[in-house]
Amino acid sequence: MTLNRRNILKAGVAAAALPLLGSRAFAQGEPLKVGFVLVGTINDNGWNYAHNQGRLMLEEQLGDAVETVYVENVPEGPDCERVLRELAQQGCKLIFATSFGFGDSVIKVAEQFPDITFEHATGYMRAANVGTYNARFHEGRAVCGTIAGHLSKTGKAGYIGSFPIPEVVMGINAFVLAARKVNPDFTITPVFISSWNDPAKEADAARAMIDQGIDVIAQHTDGPAALQVAEERGIVGGFGQGADMSAFAPKAQLTSIIDNWGPHYVKTAQAVIDGTWESKDSWPGLAEGEVEIGPYNESIPADVVAAAEAVKQGQIDGSFNIFSGPINDHTGAEKVAAGVTLTDAELLGMDWYVEGVNPPA
Amino acid sequence: MELIIAIIVTVVGASTPILIAALGELVVEKSGVLNLGVEGMMLVGAIISFIVLFTTGNHYLAILCAAGAGVMTSLIFGFLTLSLSANQTATGLALTIFGTGFSALAGQGYSARPVTLLGPLFPAELATHPIWRVLFGYSALVYFSFALVFAVWFFLKKTRAGLILRAVGENDLSAHSIGYSVIGVRYAAVAFGGAMAGIAGACFPLLLTPQWAERMTAGRGWIAVALVVFASWKPFRLLAGAYLFGLVMTMELYAKASGGPLSVIPAELWAAMPYLATVVVLVLISVRRDASSNAPACLGRPFLPAN
Repeated sequence: MTLNRRNILKAGVAAAALPLLGSRAFAQGEPLKVGFVLVGTINDNGWNYAHNQGRLMLEEQLGDAVETVYVENVPEGPDCERVLRELAQQGCKLIFATSFGFGDSVIKVAEQFPDITFEHATGYMRAANVGTYNARFHEGRAVCGTIAGHLSKTGKAGYIGSFPIPEVVMGINAFVLAARKVNPDFTITPVFISSWNDPAKEADAARAMIDQGIDVIAQHTDGPAALQVAEERGIVGGFGQGADMSAFAPKAQLTSIIDNWGPHYVKTAQAVIDGTWESKDSWPGLAEGEVEIGPYNESIPADVVAAAEAVKQGQIDGSFNIFSGPINDHTGAEKVAAGVTLTDAELLGMDWYVEGVNPPA
Repeated sequence: MELIIAIIVTVVGASTPILIAALGELVVEKSGVLNLGVEGMMLVGAIISFIVLFTTGNHYLAILCAAGAGVMTSLIFGFLTLSLSANQTATGLALTIFGTGFSALAGQGYSARPVTLLGPLFPAELATHPIWRVLFGYSALVYFSFALVFAVWFFLKKTRAGLILRAVGENDLSAHSIGYSVIGVRYAAVAFGGAMAGIAGACFPLLLTPQWAERMTAGRGWIAVALVVFASWKPFRLLAGAYLFGLVMTMELYAKASGGPLSVIPAELWAAMPYLATVVVLVLISVRRDASSNAPACLGRPFLPAN
């Protein structure tokens, strides 16, 4: 739709009329147009790739009832607002913003388009027409941490992080808590690179960590660069993030955390079509299949695989929670008492490191 | 000791693409043309080298094709700014946007494909001892970047062609009036800059991380542009500058990975340091007027002879 005065008027009239028609207005005739805003490219083999797989599943399962569009490489900042507005004006009635840094933009634009449903991945701010959703990746990281605790010879791991936001901090903590259950001396050093996707910097960060004695790398950035360095240097290994990255590092990838967003996208779109959508936070994990553990590397001994599977199954059946006390913070002071489990709200605001993390400044 | 060696090797890797791209841009600017499209040309070089490497498996062919692709891209810029006298700043920015988009388009379907890095030039036996590794442990691209510093310096200072190029950059009308083809010289300089930016781009999948990812140069083309000013258009100062930038970029990561005292400096400040250094140098240059900024007098101005 070109942007001219007539179209803007039309859009305005339509927007004004919609509340009268009620939300079932979308159900008949026109397909529900769903927009996706991605921080990187769908070809990154990681985070954005996984979201696109979810989008494809949505198209496949709901067929003619939906129509999807996506915008790649949207920087976190003012550009995101423009993209969101553009999607809204193109007629998207449901928009998924899939990066933490889009939060402010989503809230701002959602105020201007009250008839459009927004969902923000990994966010914490909601409004009447803004819901949030996430996946319990930290459950997957607990499985990876278990493997790392068993296999690491130096007892030192590195963690390439993007930004020290709760989502990432939570992952680091879950990883090291799990590893320390196996090896109480296990430590981890996070290196934040201030970017979700800068492969050259991710690779250099991996080199810097390996040079200083770590032999396991975990990451919370979008691509396989760190795993490639792990492969090249022949260290114990690392873990795929968001998708199976074994093509890039067949020896070094021990296993991977796979994001499976499709079910959430199908469920949400169906709810919008049915008029039953409501603003809430959705945070499923291993049990619901939204987080999956990829294939284990053949090099991992059977007893370690069994230990990892036990942690995975424990989280699926609810008998094991990595964030149950006692948990000390990085200074050694008790943060969570024995028998206490952190709530979701506490996890989503996590800004402290557990014992075993060499905290960045 | 081992750690220092490792840091040196990583710094060399991080600095090489910046150095090559900046040397190309230095020659371009010496001819009086400002091409801000380095980042875009690097991305074109990166994807073309990746595609060639993936299909043929030949690293050197990949480098060659990246250089060729850089030349082609830079000639678009050359045609617009030199033949049509378009604004150089705006055209250069547009070239970066074009290169970003083109590389993303050409790279579709290549992102899930791993390749292999370009190996060291010298046999591994030479690089077994750490000390020798510092000298002989690199790939051909690194030695090429060293040779290029000397070549550019020699060309600009010691050859007649270099003198003409500098004359065109300092006073295009005078050069024109004594019979030199200003446009021709500038086309050649722009093409050279494009070739170097293309090779600099090839460093990413060949030297740093063996994959294609959109925008994988991540702003290093801009550092190269800043570096030319930082070095006041002098090749050896540029060499020092490129390694300083590379050192800062790498030390940031080593400092954070060590968890030691250096990691107290916030990540954002580390990331901003190359740019802060550029600003400081620019201020110093403008304060020391007598030393002059050394900027080519015709930099960025279109050549419009009276007749």
